[in-house]
Amino acid sequence: MASEFARSGILFRFIMKKERFRSLLWLVGVPCFTFIITFALDDLYPTQQARDGMAEGMRNPAMTAMVGPGDLDHYTLGAMTAHQMLLFTAIIVGLMNILLVTRHTRGDEEKGRMEIIQSLPVGRLSNLHAMLLMVCVSNLLLALVTGFGLATLPFDGMGLEGSLLYGAVLGGIGLFFAGVAALFAQLSGSNRGARGYAITLLVIAYLMRGIGDVTVEALSWISPLGWVTKAQVYAHNDWWPVCLMFLGSAIGFAGAYYLHSIRDLGAGFLNERPGRKQASPLLRTPIGLAWRLQRTGTIAWGIGMLLIGLSYGSVLGELESFFQENEMMKQFLAEAPGVSLTEQFISKIITVMAILATVPPVMAMNKLYGEEKRNRIEPVLGRAVSRTRLMTSYGLLSAGNGFVMLSLAAIGLWAAGTAAMEGKLAFGMVYSAAIAFYPALLVMIGTSAMLIGLLPKWNALVWLYLFYSFIVVYLGGLFQFPEWVAQISPFGHIPQLPVEEMDVSKVWLLTAVAILLATVGWMGYKRRDLHG
Amino acid sequence: MLKTTDLVKRFGKFTALNGVNIEVNQGEIYGFIGPNGAGKSTTIRILLGMLKADAGEAKIFGQDAWKEAVQIHQRMAYVPGDVNLWPRLTGGEVIDLFLSLRGSRGKQVRKRREELMERFQLDPTKKCATYSKGNRQKVALVAAFASDADLYILDEPTSGLDPLMERVFQECILEAKREGKSVLLSSHILSEVEKVCDRIAIIRQGEIIESGTLAQLRHLTRTHLQIETRQPVSGLQALAGIHHLEQKGHTLALQVDADELDRVIQHVSPYGIVKLESAPPTLEDVFLRHYEDAGGR
Repeated sequence: MASEFARSGILFRFIMKKERFRSLLWLVGVPCFTFIITFALDDLYPTQQARDGMAEGMRNPAMTAMVGPGDLDHYTLGAMTAHQMLLFTAIIVGLMNILLVTRHTRGDEEKGRMEIIQSLPVGRLSNLHAMLLMVCVSNLLLALVTGFGLATLPFDGMGLEGSLLYGAVLGGIGLFFAGVAALFAQLSGSNRGARGYAITLLVIAYLMRGIGDVTVEALSWISPLGWVTKAQVYAHNDWWPVCLMFLGSAIGFAGAYYLHSIRDLGAGFLNERPGRKQASPLLRTPIGLAWRLQRTGTIAWGIGMLLIGLSYGSVLGELESFFQENEMMKQFLAEAPGVSLTEQFISKIITVMAILATVPPVMAMNKLYGEEKRNRIEPVLGRAVSRTRLMTSYGLLSAGNGFVMLSLAAIGLWAAGTAAMEGKLAFGMVYSAAIAFYPALLVMIGTSAMLIGLLPKWNALVWLYLFYSFIVVYLGGLFQFPEWVAQISPFGHIPQLPVEEMDVSKVWLLTAVAILLATVGWMGYKRRDLHG
Repeated sequence: MLKTTDLVKRFGKFTALNGVNIEVNQGEIYGFIGPNGAGKSTTIRILLGMLKADAGEAKIFGQDAWKEAVQIHQRMAYVPGDVNLWPRLTGGEVIDLFLSLRGSRGKQVRKRREELMERFQLDPTKKCATYSKGNRQKVALVAAFASDADLYILDEPTSGLDPLMERVFQECILEAKREGKSVLLSSHILSEVEKVCDRIAIIRQGEIIESGTLAQLRHLTRTHLQIETRQPVSGLQALAGIHHLEQKGHTLALQVDADELDRVIQHVSPYGIVKLESAPPTLEDVFLRHYEDAGGR
């Protein structure tokens, strides 16, 4: 059977070569991120007293559901880092492994590259085997770099064993999800499908652990992300969850090897359902086509916005007590007379949510240029469709998208908040505070449209602008920026309800700016050359 | 060299191959012809060990195509019709990867590689993302011909090449033949394979409907003639090998069996030829002919 693996070594070196930058990026990025956070936590909570205060704030079901259980009674710097960071880092590592494995297995197969590779004297399992070697090497490196790196940090409460376990958990969860991805790459007939199934499993694992940690303990025992917290890094230091992850990974890869050895190249085991025979009447218009292309993404973002709203809302109940012990948050929110800290926090959350809710509509607008770059605008404009009509379709869709996203986030925040708090939260207050940001969101869509019309190659600048907005609005209070820095962003002009007063003139002004930007974009789009 | 016996392949309810028999001998160029979706690529993928046949046998060098794929592939080279490559690698890098996966190295191979890139006018420093379909095909062709294979399986390898490059390609396979190597060449254009192939098999809806040497299949190929003469031609009906004759005054349209061509031209030329146009037979004609012979089926 040795021939099944023939020339895996060459393929392994080939994959390593292709992935060298990306791998290096996350082999350096993930550990560095961990180290920086550790330093930051040490800086913010230098004494055991400060950490105990933080631990009290964490002692509620909402936080447990979000970050998992932690050793709150002995909240050393190590226990705190593991509690706050390990689960999220594990999710990121899992996601990276899923993307890596699907890209080089089903991805290459779908694109037809495996066909030529397989026609060479290369074993049927060689590529999968090379992939297994690749994930073993990279996750091992990740575990060692993170583990020994943490051990050398000059902090108490971060012993060698705990540090190595911290790294091992990350490496283990990476291997586990690599195995999951390898298995789904055999089961599903498409790269999208394989990736989608594996990521869905990751999300289910997170949700199961969240529900399990708060209610039915058994659920977290079957969730691989539950094992992450069960390792109790820097507390009891249990190694058996890492063994479970290795075992799971081995089962995943063994299954993948078996399925791959019996199947036809290009075939999967889960059948794709056949598509529609005819286009529905809705699809037959430019706006219908634009919607159809973004439908899945929009629905996913909608669910995401609702979940973000819900998760922020669920912690509102515990906030008041938390604030009293947290000096930094006070500075961050800058006290205002006559308004409760909770209300201040709500207005802050809504600002952040509004910026997040701007991402999907801007993506929807940018899709117009994305389609152009991929040569898919030509067949549409080749018909009796004017450029103005096409751009209007994308613009309207994008504007509608933004309204829905903002609304969903606000509804989520209100629903979870009113359930968690003792005094009821007024829906009108939350919703109007969120919708007040709609003109700012429109300005971002307008900016995107303007760039597409005038400077299509620089169309990614809109993301920079949005990121800038996020920084100045979110961290403005902490860094004490001068006024004009915030005024450059449309989000800086929106009155932060309910803390500030509503200012209708600003709303109209921003809307006018949005319309102006969009009109400039429309004019430019009508005149310029199409790029594909 | 290469032999399939009663090959059957089903995809769900759809039967892609229904008892395919082809055989390629040493030093032979074998044409494998059929319209899109007839089963050419399915047959080839079974021969490459990528698909598992539901029934029948596929053997190359006397070894089973599925079980002994690695051993077979050491002596075989394949070029697909639709070549997909890694967008961020250059053509040169991809060729080297393919050669090293094959285990071909040494001065001889490097020399062949350079020479072939020259002949196909391929710029190996460009990223694959910038290559057109034809250039990606050249990458696969260079990698295939630079390696010292005994059998070449080529699945519509010229679909993206311009006529000049197609000539170079034909030279390459004729050279391979002269060195005693075998080629399986699939195509949906009859005239393309006719130039180089020794034997031909025609596949339609998963079944081989005709196979044999070109001489044996000569009866299948008819030349289309359009003739204009000074005087109206008479007495053509009496000649053998004439089909679909249409006569309008001084102009004639007809199809002639290849082996009767000489006699027809001799018959027509005394009438004074003003214009003579001929078109090679197409695959459709062969199919039509096949139905006529099989009584419509």
